[in-house]
Amino acid sequence: MTGVADWFRWLDSAYGVNLSIFYDGYDRGRFLVGIATTIELSIACTVLSVAVGILGAWLQGSKSSFVRAAVRGYIEFFRNTPPLIQLLFFYFAIGTLLPTIPDAAGGSRPIVSNMGWAIISFSLFAGAHNIEIFRSGIDAVPPAMREAAASLGHTRLQVFFLIVFPLALRISFPALNNNIVNLVKTTTLAYAIAVPELLYASAQIWSEDFNVKEMMNVLLLIYLLLVALVVWGMNAIEQRMRIPGYHV
Amino acid sequence: MSGPRANGEFPRLDPRWIAGLCLLALLLCSLFVASAQTGVPPESQSIAAALIKWLPLVFSGFLFNLLVSVLSMALGTAAGVMLGLGLISERTALRTACAGAMQFFRNAPWLVLLFYAMFLIPFKIALLGESIPFPDWIKAVIGLALPVMANVAEIVRGGIVSIPLGQWQSARSLAFTRSQILWLIIIPQAVKRMIPPWMNLYAILTMATPLISIVGVQDGLTMTRSALVAEGRPELFLPMYLVLLAMFFAYCYPIALGTSVLERRVETQG
Repeated sequence: MTGVADWFRWLDSAYGVNLSIFYDGYDRGRFLVGIATTIELSIACTVLSVAVGILGAWLQGSKSSFVRAAVRGYIEFFRNTPPLIQLLFFYFAIGTLLPTIPDAAGGSRPIVSNMGWAIISFSLFAGAHNIEIFRSGIDAVPPAMREAAASLGHTRLQVFFLIVFPLALRISFPALNNNIVNLVKTTTLAYAIAVPELLYASAQIWSEDFNVKEMMNVLLLIYLLLVALVVWGMNAIEQRMRIPGYHV
Repeated sequence: MSGPRANGEFPRLDPRWIAGLCLLALLLCSLFVASAQTGVPPESQSIAAALIKWLPLVFSGFLFNLLVSVLSMALGTAAGVMLGLGLISERTALRTACAGAMQFFRNAPWLVLLFYAMFLIPFKIALLGESIPFPDWIKAVIGLALPVMANVAEIVRGGIVSIPLGQWQSARSLAFTRSQILWLIIIPQAVKRMIPPWMNLYAILTMATPLISIVGVQDGLTMTRSALVAEGRPELFLPMYLVLLAMFFAYCYPIALGTSVLERRVETQG
């Protein structure tokens, strides 16, 4: 490990390529926390946004036109306004309305943290897209499936969760894949409310060490790796979920 | 989604237009409810008055967002068409290079590319003895144009590939050259299919323009935030952000509706 650190120190002194994250313990620590935060944010938002997508898609099939209109309004609002302003709206506008709770140090802190608002905001944003994705997947399930399930005595809930949704999920996988890649890219916006994710950590490092060029390239590389990881993981899941003999 | 339409025409009272207008009305109503309910100290202005005072400034900032979106789209489309044609080149080296660039700029986060452009483009370039200045906002336009370029390239490639091979073969049998086939036969047909995703991309770009406020370009979001700082009243946060959101919504929602109408038209015409 010291050999590696020495080599990067040498790279800095000999060629002026300053990759401090490889030889400076403090910078490395911040950077690794940044990566971990980005991954945590991505996973939390993915899980929540898929949940929002499932719930919304199910509600869109509701008999009540009020429920359908409410879901429609939610989708259109979150799909047609800038995600950054949504985030600031949640953080500043809603955040200041909520009460604060006393913390251990005797002061008070907001009831939802920066990270919390980032997760809520991105999940609602990606969730609105997921509803549309799942909805078109559900529409692509042949009606005969639904009728057959109903004729076997399944309730509406059972038909949706046991028959229609599992098929729809497989149909909508490519679009879902795209949306999750987008979500990972969207997590960078959390920079605006000082969540210590990868971009924020890198910005702190480059403003102290003046190694903008090097950190930028490292940053882009890591995001490309993360996206590649997501695509690879999603393809693996898609393969495993494939139903033998059933082509979607 | 609204049901399928028999003739594909745009009816005068499409439920989705009504839904959008209702949503906008709801936003505005919530503004007034918010301004009516919050306890306003008698010495300060009412929330509605404060909103009206700052509205011109915020709106001028919003117009700047639109200007940036149009310029980035123009630049990104010009570069993206070239990159997209490179993606279907017959030269393997060129094709691989273009595919690499496309993947790179498509998968990198917009905000990171924007930082990249802001920091790494010099503030002026010396060309033939003249020095051309690059103010921040032009760098931001370039930074936003990078991901647009990669996405346009993919749209162009997808559109060209979607035209059946028979078109190429029959054109070749009529002795057209490759570039004639591409420009006279394939692209005129493909453009129609490229327009809906291109419009969708434009809406996404418009919604990405507030990112430039993070890198210090003064746009609608900057104006909103400075107005809030100037007023220093937390009860204004909610209505001011809602106004800004409503502006973007009023601009982007019709684009989204138009896109889906065109999409349906392309689908039915095949």
